Amino acid sequence: MLTRVHGVPRSARSATLRDAIGLGVAVGLYGVAFGAAAVGAGLDPWQAVTMSALMFTGASQFALVGVLGAGGGALAAIGSALLLGTRNTVYGVRLAPMLAPRGWLRRAGAAHWVIDETTAMAVAAPDRELGRLAFWVTGATIYLGWNVTTVVGALGAGALGETAQAALDSIVPAAFLALLWPRLRRGATEAGVQRRVALGGAVVALALTPVVPAGVQVVLAVVAVGLAGRPRARETAA
Amino acid sequence: MSAGTMWAVVLAGSLGCYLLKLAGLSVPAAWVQRPLVTRVVEFVPAALLAALVAVQAATSDGGLVLDGRLVGLAVAALALALRAPFIVVLLVAGVAGALVHVVTG
Repeated sequence: MLTRVHGVPRSARSATLRDAIGLGVAVGLYGVAFGAAAVGAGLDPWQAVTMSALMFTGASQFALVGVLGAGGGALAAIGSALLLGTRNTVYGVRLAPMLAPRGWLRRAGAAHWVIDETTAMAVAAPDRELGRLAFWVTGATIYLGWNVTTVVGALGAGALGETAQAALDSIVPAAFLALLWPRLRRGATEAGVQRRVALGGAVVALALTPVVPAGVQVVLAVVAVGLAGRPRARETAA
Repeated sequence: MSAGTMWAVVLAGSLGCYLLKLAGLSVPAAWVQRPLVTRVVEFVPAALLAALVAVQAATSDGGLVLDGRLVGLAVAALALALRAPFIVVLLVAGVAGALVHVVTG
C-alpha cells in the first residue's frame, strides 16, 4: 500500500477538505460548458441533465455529445463514452481496497462517484482515512455542482459570452495539470518514470488526434504506460 | 436523430458507463495484487491525465490548435511550480485564457 508519511494530521484533514471543495467548484463550473455543448449537439435540457445525473463522468459525457455534434451515429457516440469510461474501471480497482464498501447498496453508491477527480483526490491523500474522506467530499461536491451547472448551461446555451467560454476552456486543462503535477514533482514515487509516461501519453494523444474519433486518443494514450517498463522486484513491495 | 433515439443513446451510454465503474469496485482483490497490474494501475493516471491536458489545451475538432488555452496552461504550470493553492492555479489559468481571447479578439 501507499507509505507516504509526510504531512501533519490535522492540517492534512483541512487541506484535504479545502482541495476537494475547490476542485468540486472548479469542475462544477465546467458543467456549464457541458450543458451548453449538449444542447448545441441537439440534446434537450432534460437529456443533458439526465446524462450528468446518471452517466456522471465528464470526459465520457463530452465525448458522447461531441460525436453527436460532429454528426456521428448512436453507436459511435455510445462507444466513445464507453471507451473513456473504461478509465473508471481502472480507478475502481485502485480505490476498492481504500473504500472497501460493505454491502451491495454501498458499493453501488460508491461506484457512481468513481471518476477522475475523486480518484485523484483519494489517491493523493496521505492516508487511507483521508483518502476516503477526499473521495466522498469530492464526489458530493462535484455531483452537486456538475448537475446544477449542467442545468444552467443547458438553459443558458448560447448566452454564455465568448470571454467566459475562453476562461472555462483554459481552466479545464489547468485542472488536469494540477491533478497530474504531484505525480511528477521531485520526491514523488518514481517521479522520473511518471514524467516519461506522462510525456508519452501527451505525445500519443496529440499524434492520434487527427486520425481517430474524438476522445479515442485519450484512451489509446494508455499505451504510454509501456514506457514505465516491467515491475522490478524491489518496487512491487511498496 | 429522433428524440426516442436520443434518449436511447443517453440511457444506454449512462448504463454502460455505470457498469464500467461498478466492475472496478467488484473484481476480486487477488486480480489487483499482481505486480504487473499494480504497476500498470500506478502509471495509468499519468498517461491519461497528460493526454487529457494535451488534448484539452491544444486540440479542437480533430486538429492541433494553439490559442489562449496554452497560455493558461503555462501560467498554471508556473503557479504549480510556485506551489500555489489549487483554486489559485485554476483562477490564474482562467484569467490568462480570457485575457488572450480579449487581446487577440
